[in-house]
Amino acid sequence: MTDAQPPVSEEPTRRDFLYLATGAFAAVGAANVVWPLIDQMNPDASVKALASIEVDLAAIETGQSITVSWRGKPVFIRRRSANEIAEARNVSFDALPDPQGDEARVTKDEWLIMVGICTHLGCVPLGQAGDFNGWFCPCHGSHYDTSGRIRKGPAPKNLEIPPYEFVGDTRIKIG
Amino acid sequence: MSGESTYNPSTGFTRWLDTRLPIMRLVHDNITDYPTPKNINYWWTFGGILTFCLVTQIVTGIILAMHYTPHVDHAFNSVEHIMRNVNYGWLIRYIHSNGASMFFLAVYIHIFRGMYYGSYKAPREVLWILGVIIYLLMIAAAFLGYMLPWGQMSLWGATVITNLFGAIPVVGESIAIWLWGGFSVDNPTLNRFFSLHYLLPFLIFGVVILHIWALHVPGNNNPIGISVKSKQDTVPFHPYITVKDAFSLSIFLILFSYFIFFAPNVLGHADNYIPANPLVTPAHIVPEWYMLPFYAILRAVPDKLGGVILMFSAIFILFLLPWLDTSKVRSARYRPLFRQFFVLFIIDCLVLGYLGAMPAEGIYVVLARVGTVYYFAHFLIILPVLGIVEKPKEVPESISAPVLGGSAQAAE
Repeated sequence: MTDAQPPVSEEPTRRDFLYLATGAFAAVGAANVVWPLIDQMNPDASVKALASIEVDLAAIETGQSITVSWRGKPVFIRRRSANEIAEARNVSFDALPDPQGDEARVTKDEWLIMVGICTHLGCVPLGQAGDFNGWFCPCHGSHYDTSGRIRKGPAPKNLEIPPYEFVGDTRIKIG
Repeated sequence: MSGESTYNPSTGFTRWLDTRLPIMRLVHDNITDYPTPKNINYWWTFGGILTFCLVTQIVTGIILAMHYTPHVDHAFNSVEHIMRNVNYGWLIRYIHSNGASMFFLAVYIHIFRGMYYGSYKAPREVLWILGVIIYLLMIAAAFLGYMLPWGQMSLWGATVITNLFGAIPVVGESIAIWLWGGFSVDNPTLNRFFSLHYLLPFLIFGVVILHIWALHVPGNNNPIGISVKSKQDTVPFHPYITVKDAFSLSIFLILFSYFIFFAPNVLGHADNYIPANPLVTPAHIVPEWYMLPFYAILRAVPDKLGGVILMFSAIFILFLLPWLDTSKVRSARYRPLFRQFFVLFIIDCLVLGYLGAMPAEGIYVVLARVGTVYYFAHFLIILPVLGIVEKPKEVPESISAPVLGGSAQAAE
């Protein structure tokens, strides 16, 4: 019996411990209940199942581009001319807001494959336009060069390169 | 309302009900006999107009949901189905789409009225904050609703706005994917936006009740900004204010009807009658008119994250307004300098609105930067300093005084 103890002790009591332990248990329980309600909004299995596609490149001539849809996003596939490649390689890193060499952005020099979504606010840039002969986003005026790198305007990053591999000489698998 | 209840149940049934659920007392004290300053002018009728707008949006929205299909393959066609096949569908949809614009028109007048007459000052800070929350919910509801017709502007407007969250460092991209339920704005996004668009008006309704509650504690502000001192200063809400509100609403409905029947698409954008195409962006993405000033602020900043932060700050700064304005005098009638800066502020908002509709290049960007700086300067520099340097005009003794000639200040 602890009745005789004066109630001035600074020591935590068993009751304090039980109170904190119960509270912590309830908090963890609540977080576990809430998580499914939040996670249900993340991409579901059917959306993830569409995550890879194969594209045949044989019909694309030098200087031509096609746009394919991957995960609901446009992907630009451009067969670049020698001029464009040279232009992309003769740029000083100082001129690039998001410095990256052209070699790091392609697997084969000729084929530039990137997600056609402006890194500013998600519009689709127009091809072969803008001050750098590459892409130009009409929404808020971002200019990209022949390697899809940001050169001027509000976009913070270069156009994204999707994961892809050549599964034949003229066939790629994106995703 | 903090006064004594004046309700006096007259029949046996109302006496019986009053001791069980005093709902008749609530109505009597807060509507019928609610004491209202007798000098409030027509700018005070927009609260009633806004309540009307909210009810209109809820009623027409529930009806539209009976005929609309929230699926990327059917949404656009189901809206056309409403317009062409559903009985009076065209009318109900035009009321709903133009109703959003009318709602914002009324709320902007309501907000500027509060700013002019100092309605946000003590003891009405919580009332003001609840109002800003309603305004934020309205923006969210309007944005979600604009996506539902699944036209080009729907898709690309939603794309641009959801990408704003992508600007948040580290977790931004995960948040965007979570909002989309995929890797871009697509069917899961449309579905959840429809669900949330249906939810928000009821949240607004709830906050409106809190807003009215917070109003009825200190009572209405009024054009001279002096607190009510005696019963002589007030009139009962019914019939005096109900009639005034009804007359004002009638005039407002004439304007509303003009848009519905003669210019139903003038406030919208033609591109939204092109079905959404995720592979082609329209040449100019422009939000609805009521968001243009904030869009101008977003585009004025050459940095992605900076633009997003500034745009949200432009709205959130309203929460701080009661503490940024250091003047003790409420009404602009007695603040000669504030009055001039108030006009400049309105002009600045209108100019930003115009710039938001223009392409983001050349002189428009420069002007948008000037307008953005002025917008924030108004709140962060002008208002705090004015309260200290300005010498207000003599404020009357009471609400009745200017009318009865008891003060040198004649009513304007």
